[in-house]
Amino acid sequence: MSIVEIHNLTVQYPDVKALDDVSFVVNSGDFLGIIGPNGAGKSTLFDSMLRLNTKYKGTIKFFGQDIRKSKEYLKEIGYVPQKPIFEKNFPVTVSDVVRMGLRNESDENKIDEILQQLWIHELRDRRIGELSGGQQQRVFIAKALVNNPKILILDEPVTGIDQQSIELFYSILRELNSKQKITIIWSSHDLDAVNQLANHVACLNKTLFFHGESKKFFSNDELVKQYSEASMQEHMHHH
Amino acid sequence: MSFEILTYGFMHRALISGIAIAILCSVVGLFLVLRRYSLFGDAIAHSSFGGIALGLLAGVYPLWTAYGVSIVSALIITKIKDKYNISGDASIAVLLSSGIAAGLVIIGFSGGFTIDIFSFLFGSILLVSVDDTVLILSLTGAILIIFLLLYRQILYSTFNEEQAKVSGIAVEKINYLIVFMAGITVVTSIQLVGVLLISALFVIPNVTAIMYGRGFKQTAIISMSFSVFSVVAGILISYIFDITPAGTIVLLSICLLAGTMGIKSAGLLSKN
Repeated sequence: MSIVEIHNLTVQYPDVKALDDVSFVVNSGDFLGIIGPNGAGKSTLFDSMLRLNTKYKGTIKFFGQDIRKSKEYLKEIGYVPQKPIFEKNFPVTVSDVVRMGLRNESDENKIDEILQQLWIHELRDRRIGELSGGQQQRVFIAKALVNNPKILILDEPVTGIDQQSIELFYSILRELNSKQKITIIWSSHDLDAVNQLANHVACLNKTLFFHGESKKFFSNDELVKQYSEASMQEHMHHH
Repeated sequence: MSFEILTYGFMHRALISGIAIAILCSVVGLFLVLRRYSLFGDAIAHSSFGGIALGLLAGVYPLWTAYGVSIVSALIITKIKDKYNISGDASIAVLLSSGIAAGLVIIGFSGGFTIDIFSFLFGSILLVSVDDTVLILSLTGAILIIFLLLYRQILYSTFNEEQAKVSGIAVEKINYLIVFMAGITVVTSIQLVGVLLISALFVIPNVTAIMYGRGFKQTAIISMSFSVFSVVAGILISYIFDITPAGTIVLLSICLLAGTMGIKSAGLLSKN
């Protein structure tokens, strides 16, 4: 069953086209890895899907509903941004941050449950600004999960995080998708990780270069090579 | 003598109004400080100066015109800031100077400075009437109830606007609501410390409380306690020694800040 449908999505910024006629569908239970070089339009795609950017052409539907018409769908989504920006001495503890995400404030037990599930319960009363990047990331995942969302959207969330935390993060994602059946849409630079984790891949470079099952992509050396070359050219272009 | 002062009616009104204003400024100020909007209270206070001058000229109770002028100008400057992408500090400078400029011109029309103007510039907490006290208590109650009801939304949009939006919170409306409530708070507090020292009540207790490294609710409670202590002790000390209450209140809160900094540099404040 498709729960996200993107039809002919085009985003034109004043000086550059960020996305060009992108269409794809995400089915319930999918683990979709979105890969693409810097400037490929991954963040623009997410911003449009989350109503942070409303200046786009085309249609985005969640659960069959056009997101221009209602923002109700946001209640079913957990979002983990690339690097959450906040003041280092902002006076909130880990449980305060997770509580912000909690829609029904009487569900206080949910906070402890989710912190335990992500192995950060002992950090409950620590201030968020004192934690390491990997710990903060797990706190933001906890905040995204505390309302039992149907879809989890993550924007390159391993930037600047140590290897051990990344491994832990990947195992958490795998479990959320396989055991709790949460649909995951995840953008990443890390091709190997996408190969191991995701069951679907979307290669984005302003246009959609490939979309389908990840084994079809990774078993086709020609496709991977083409993608890598395209990324490399883009990379050279950027520097 | 020392207990006698607690039997005077004006002292009761001063202490009750002072405690209410201390709590109100501490709560509203915490969000302003965290939004890097520390001087916004100062800017609204200065724009209220124009409103006070207008009231004195027109023969209307000056605080009413001050409420009108401050709230409208605060909302306008917020709109202009968003629309023309002016930075926060520059928009504060515009608001601050335009209020004083308008006030000076209007005062010129009405024949120069009077004693009334001075009581608004530096506060006159010992002169608050029963009506003033009732007004201060009602506005404090109303604003605190709004903060309690919208606590999660206000905190979330202060912490991270983008994520709050994605969670479906109407961030822009919350921003305007905070500006509106800050406008009411500033004008309500003018009677305590006056136009010139108002931002001290918004900023100093909160900056002090944040240093204690606690969670949000505890930080808010620490800030309120420091604020109430400074106001109550300030009013009593200033009366006993016959000095200005506004200056005494602000100096006491600065002492608490300095003390906290001392404790912190001595390593006596654990991180948690």
